[in-house]
Amino acid sequence: MAIAIRAEKLVKEYKGGVRALDGLGLEVEAGTVFGLLGPNGSGKTTTVRILTTVAAPDSGEASVLGFDVVREPQEVRARIGLAGQFAAVDENLSGLENLRMIGQLNQLTRGSAKLRANQLLEVFELTGAAKRSVKTYSGGMRRRLDLAAALVNSPPVLFLDEPTTGLDPYSRQALWQVIEELVAGGTTVLLTTQYLEEADRLAKMIAVIDSGRMIAQGTPTQLKAGLGASVVELEMKSATDAHQVGEAIRLRGTTSIRVQDNKVEIPLEGGPSQLRWLFDLMGEVGCEPHAFSLREPSLDDVFLSLTGHQAE
Amino acid sequence: MATIALEQARRGRVMSVVVDAAVLAERNLIALVRIREALFFSSVQPIMFVLLFRYVFGGAIAVPGRSYVDFLMPGIFVQTVAFGAVGTAIGLAEDLQKGLVERFRSLPMRRSALLAGRTAADLVRNVLVLFLMTVVGFLVGFRVHTNAPAFLAGIGILLIFAYALSWGFSIIGLSAPNSETAQMMSFPVLFPLTFASSAFVPVASMPGWLQVFARNQPISIVVDAVRSLMNGGPTADSVIKALIWSAALLIILPPLAAHRYRRAL
Ligand SMILES: Nc1ncnc2c1ncn2[C@@H]1O[C@H](COP(=O)(O)OP(=O)(O)OP(=O)(O)O)[C@@H](O)[C@H]1O
Ligand SMILES: [Mg+2]
Repeated sequence: MAIAIRAEKLVKEYKGGVRALDGLGLEVEAGTVFGLLGPNGSGKTTTVRILTTVAAPDSGEASVLGFDVVREPQEVRARIGLAGQFAAVDENLSGLENLRMIGQLNQLTRGSAKLRANQLLEVFELTGAAKRSVKTYSGGMRRRLDLAAALVNSPPVLFLDEPTTGLDPYSRQALWQVIEELVAGGTTVLLTTQYLEEADRLAKMIAVIDSGRMIAQGTPTQLKAGLGASVVELEMKSATDAHQVGEAIRLRGTTSIRVQDNKVEIPLEGGPSQLRWLFDLMGEVGCEPHAFSLREPSLDDVFLSLTGHQAE
Repeated sequence: MATIALEQARRGRVMSVVVDAAVLAERNLIALVRIREALFFSSVQPIMFVLLFRYVFGGAIAVPGRSYVDFLMPGIFVQTVAFGAVGTAIGLAEDLQKGLVERFRSLPMRRSALLAGRTAADLVRNVLVLFLMTVVGFLVGFRVHTNAPAFLAGIGILLIFAYALSWGFSIIGLSAPNSETAQMMSFPVLFPLTFASSAFVPVASMPGWLQVFARNQPISIVVDAVRSLMNGGPTADSVIKALIWSAALLIILPPLAAHRYRRAL
C-alpha cells in the first residue's frame, strides 16, 4: 500500500493560545478518499492548511507524495489542488479569467491555461457564465468555480475542505460523481466534511478528530458498527402516553432510551425484529403512536458517543 | 474528464517571478477597470480636487511669482498617486480576507510575485492617471514653463515615489484584518502627509512649528522637485532630495512588506 499523505504528531497553536492541533497523525493511501470528520473547531481546516503548505506546523512532520511540506513546499505545491472551506475566487474577474490565472500560476502557458479553463467550466456546468464577472455568481456557482480552480493542474493529490457545504442536492451529487471519477483515475483525495453520509459514500477510510486529536479511525462500516443501531422515533398522542411507554420499555430491560415531551427514541439494539416486540408492547399498554420514524445514527450520534459532547 | 495536452512553461527562477507577477498585475488591472469605486478613486476624485482648488479655494491662496493653477498641478499629481496607494492597502486586505492569499500560497508560484504584481499594476495605473490629470490640468489652464524633457523627468520622479508608496501601503493592507480597517488605517498616515505639505499652499503661510514638518516630509520634497521641473526655477537640490527619499523608501519598504506577507497567515 503506497502512502500519498502522511502526517505525524502535528501541533499547531494559534496566537491567543488556541491549540488547534495537538499531536495529530494520519496516513492516506494513494488513490483513495480519506474523510476527515469533526465538529466545528476540531482542527480540520488547520490540518488542510498545513498539508497544503499554506501554514507551517509548530512541530511534527508531514509529507505529500514523499515531499516534506515544510522543507520542499514547491514540490508539494506542484502536485496538489486545494479547495478551501470558503470559495477563494476573485470576484472582479470572470470565471474564465479566474481559471486562466490559476492555470498560469500553475506554470501553464497562457494558451494551455485557457484550454484547461474552458474544459473545467464545461465539467462544472459554468460554460454559460464563463465570461460573467464572478460577482454575479450564486453561492453554489462560486463553490463550483473554486473546485474547478483546485483541479486546474490535474493534481495527483486533492484537498477539499467541506466541498459540498452550500451546494444543492443536485450539485452535491454531481460533485460526488466528479470525485469518484478522479479517484478511479488514480487521484488521492483528502476531504473534510460535517456529513457522515458524504464520508460514508466517498471515503475508504474515515478519521474522526476532536480538539486537534484523532479519536477514531476506520472504514465507514467499522465506524458505524461501533455506533450501533438504527434509532426508532415514536411520537405519541400525549406526554403521558410517552412516559407510560418509556416506563414499560425500561421495565423490560432496555434502558438507553430517551423520552422527551411526547417523543420516545429507542435504539434498535436487537435488530429489525425488535420492532414487532415494540409494537406488541405498545398494544399491551394501550398507547398507539401518532407518528413513527426510523433513522440511521447521525454524525451527532457519532460525536456524542465518541467525544461525549454534542457537536457545537 | 477527457485528457487534453497541456503545455507546461519551462522558465528560470527570475523569469518565473516576472511572469507570475505579470499574471497577477493583469488581474489587478482588470479589476481596476471593472470596480466602479476603484475607477472613481483613481480618476473622478482627483478631478474633483483639481476643480475644488482651482476654482473654489485657489482665489484665496496667494502664491508668489506664478499663477495658482501652475503651482497647484504638481501638488495634485503627488496627492493623486498618494491617495491611489490606499487602493493597494484595501486590495491586499481583501485578498487576505477572501482567502485568495491562501490559495496563492498553495500554488507553485513564486511567493514574491503577489506583491510584485500588485505594485506593478499600481505603476501602470499611475501612468494612466498622471496622463489623465495632465490633460485635465491643461484644460483648466495649467502650462509647463520649462520643456518636455523636464516635464517627463517630473513624471518620472512621481512614478518612482508612487512605486515606493505602493510598497508602504501594502504593509498596511497586510496588517489589517479587513479592507475597511485597511482604509481606516491609511488615512491617518495620508492626510497629514498630503495636506500639511507644500502640495496646495505655500509652506511659508503655515505656523512656524508646522513649517518644520511640512518642509521636510517626503511629500513636500517630491512636490517641490516636480514643481521646479514643471514651473521652472532651481531644480538640482530638490530633485536630488526627492530621489534620495524615494531610494531610501525603496530600500526599506519592500523587505518589510515581504516580511509582513510571510507572517500574514
Ligand atoms: N487564524 C486563527 N487564529 C486563531 N485561532 C484560530 C485561527 N484559525 C483557527 N483557529 C482556532 O483553531 C481551532 C481549530 O480551527 P479549524 O479552523 O482548524 O477548525 P475546523 O475543524 O476547520 O472547524 P469548522 O468545522 O468550523 O470549519 C478553533 O478553535 C479555531 O478557533
Ligand atoms: Mg474548517
